[in-house]
Amino acid sequence: MSTQPTALKGSVKERAQLALNNDFLRKAVRFTTERLRSGKLKAAEEHGNWDEWRERGRQIRLHTIAHLDYYLGEFANNARENGVHVHFADTAQDAINIAIKIAAAKNAKSAVKSKSMVTEEIHLNHELQAIDCEAIETDLGEYIIQLANETPSHIIIPAIHKNRFQIAELLSKDAGEELPPETSVLAGYVRKKLREKFLQADIGVTGCNFAIAETGSMVLFENEGNARMVSTVPKTQITFMGMERIIPSWTDLEVMATLLPRSATGQKLTVYMSGITGPKRTTDGDGPEEMHIIILDNGRSLQLGDPEFQELLNCIRCGACLNACPVYRHIGGHAYGGTYSGPIGAVLTPALKKNVAEWDDIANASSLCGACYEACPVKIPLHDMLVSLRRRKVEAGRDDPMERMGMKGFGGVMGNAKVYHNALKLGKIGQKVLVRDGGIRAKIGPLKGWNAYRVAPSISKKLFRERYNSLKTELGGTTKLDPAIAARLEQWRSKQDGGASH
Amino acid sequence: MVWRMKVSLFITCLNDVVYPKVGETMMRLLAKYGIVLEFPNVQTCCGQPAYNSGYWQEAKAAAKTIITAFADSDFVVTPSGSCAHMVHNYVDLFKDEPEWQEKAKQLQGKIFEFTQFLVNVLGVTDLGARFPHKVTYHPSCHGTRLLGVKNEPMELLRNVRDLEFVPLPFAEDCCGFGGTFAVKMSDISGAMVTEKVDHVIETEAEVLVGLDMGCMMNIAGHLRYRDKPVRVMHLIELLYEGVTASNEHATNGA
Repeated sequence: MSTQPTALKGSVKERAQLALNNDFLRKAVRFTTERLRSGKLKAAEEHGNWDEWRERGRQIRLHTIAHLDYYLGEFANNARENGVHVHFADTAQDAINIAIKIAAAKNAKSAVKSKSMVTEEIHLNHELQAIDCEAIETDLGEYIIQLANETPSHIIIPAIHKNRFQIAELLSKDAGEELPPETSVLAGYVRKKLREKFLQADIGVTGCNFAIAETGSMVLFENEGNARMVSTVPKTQITFMGMERIIPSWTDLEVMATLLPRSATGQKLTVYMSGITGPKRTTDGDGPEEMHIIILDNGRSLQLGDPEFQELLNCIRCGACLNACPVYRHIGGHAYGGTYSGPIGAVLTPALKKNVAEWDDIANASSLCGACYEACPVKIPLHDMLVSLRRRKVEAGRDDPMERMGMKGFGGVMGNAKVYHNALKLGKIGQKVLVRDGGIRAKIGPLKGWNAYRVAPSISKKLFRERYNSLKTELGGTTKLDPAIAARLEQWRSKQDGGASH
Repeated sequence: MVWRMKVSLFITCLNDVVYPKVGETMMRLLAKYGIVLEFPNVQTCCGQPAYNSGYWQEAKAAAKTIITAFADSDFVVTPSGSCAHMVHNYVDLFKDEPEWQEKAKQLQGKIFEFTQFLVNVLGVTDLGARFPHKVTYHPSCHGTRLLGVKNEPMELLRNVRDLEFVPLPFAEDCCGFGGTFAVKMSDISGAMVTEKVDHVIETEAEVLVGLDMGCMMNIAGHLRYRDKPVRVMHLIELLYEGVTASNEHATNGA
């Protein structure tokens, strides 16, 4: 039972097609994302000063990332003083090697895990399995995904694409008996099963929502209490964190603790929020005797100093952009192909993978509607980043030759109004064979995809620019400027700010 | 006083080519307040299709026609929030061409989406229009989220007499247009427009109104594909029709 590091299969279009044909998936994803985003909107409204807090959150993240070296150093020093073994890993393989070495030294036979996207990113479970150390996911959603031998399709709701009947089927197989598709029964079964696993485990593996530089502490947000079990029962704890998880102080955590649960699930506060500062002390009743933190780069530092992508490191992994995204709602997370899905995944995956050609196409899976930006608690301009990714692909010469030809044509036509007008005159003649009742239904050329779902409009018999002169003559003679309007125009001309834009 | 203010129309390619009535009704509406829009005909397209696809050189070619067209205008008005926002992107587009960037900044300061111009600049919120129909409104993403046009159309709609407004469920969700997205990712886009049209039908509105004909073309195209007789209009067309109807109403002595 493991999460296999699967190779990227097909294009985003092909993967999306699988999802679009899967009504169970679409229904399940729509149901939960709608619940989450309406919860988020309600929580933000009840909060009262949501946009001010978003801006505060953004500023904290901008500042931290701009001084990441300083805060990482401060965090590592303080954590070491607390008795934590701090490791830095440049690559996924480095992180795995460190973890495997620790597990081997402990002769570990099992590891219980709380939810961690970083361990998904490096495919840790698979590697632990290879040294005969059973890795057990203890977050309910992650446990389900592990049973299904799949990967998470959402940052915080890993099994969002499954309905309770599918989950009951998976858990029944695990239990060896028929379990009814009732949430309380299913959760009860998993709780009982995991209780034994917690008690037997040699290692507890956690992620890290925030690392507090000023005290070298790690903070975990969770709703099920499993992370608390993972971080108290086993003798050894290994915490994985992306190098950008840092915030300077506990005061900053207040802002993050306000933004994260509300954005993620609409909760005012997460059910459990644990701050962990070092291993068990002699006076403590429980906790690990040995504690490791593995700080992972794996492509993150490539974003530092990149004016278009540095803000990507501000992400606090709340999943709000997934819940708000109209594309994600229809295709789910697996269609994105990477560990991280939705709008953040469409940018983060190629960015972490150094923009290799293999990941070029996921930037196209967006209508650039900006819902992600609007939902983001730290205001990451994902819609702009998607455009930047597309531009870099073109600049690297990895664009589709047909599209390039089309766009060259666009530049030629749109660069000169005379050429543009002549092209349209030709178009008016050319469309004659296709237009019926002012519409075009033929599924040909660039209209193929469009007309699979729509009737295309035709070019107007008389363009606006062909009507303008007579309109002006008609209106010009009768018009007298309203003095109040003239005064407003004068007043505005002196301002000339055109209104703010995002 | 000699009037020297130049208020120009940025028609946008889609309205020029497919929906010229939007430009025509806009001119007629503004003429009521004494503004006759200028139309510098060197303008073509804002360049958004190329910009969003990553072809910035080609986008620049189009953008330069817009910057040039309106260099000597005091105000530029456009019936599209999306194209207006694209003009805001010019500052970034021309980051390595300081001369053009400077001109882009000037243009950004004086370009307004139609309802912004009407409500914020001219201070007009009630045109005296009458439109006795059941109407729903789709707020386009770029205009609403990126340009910040939210209250202006609502205020204009509220002041239309006899108009029965029905809110569109999940109104703020993208209709799936996204320019080239609808062609490149046609099946995802198709799923999105299907959902949008489902919601439009749910409202039982006779008329769907919006501020961006790109989105309206997408939704109208799918409505027609499904043979649903919902009338799709730009808010400008609705207002013009409403003003004309209202005048006739008055003339008839009703």
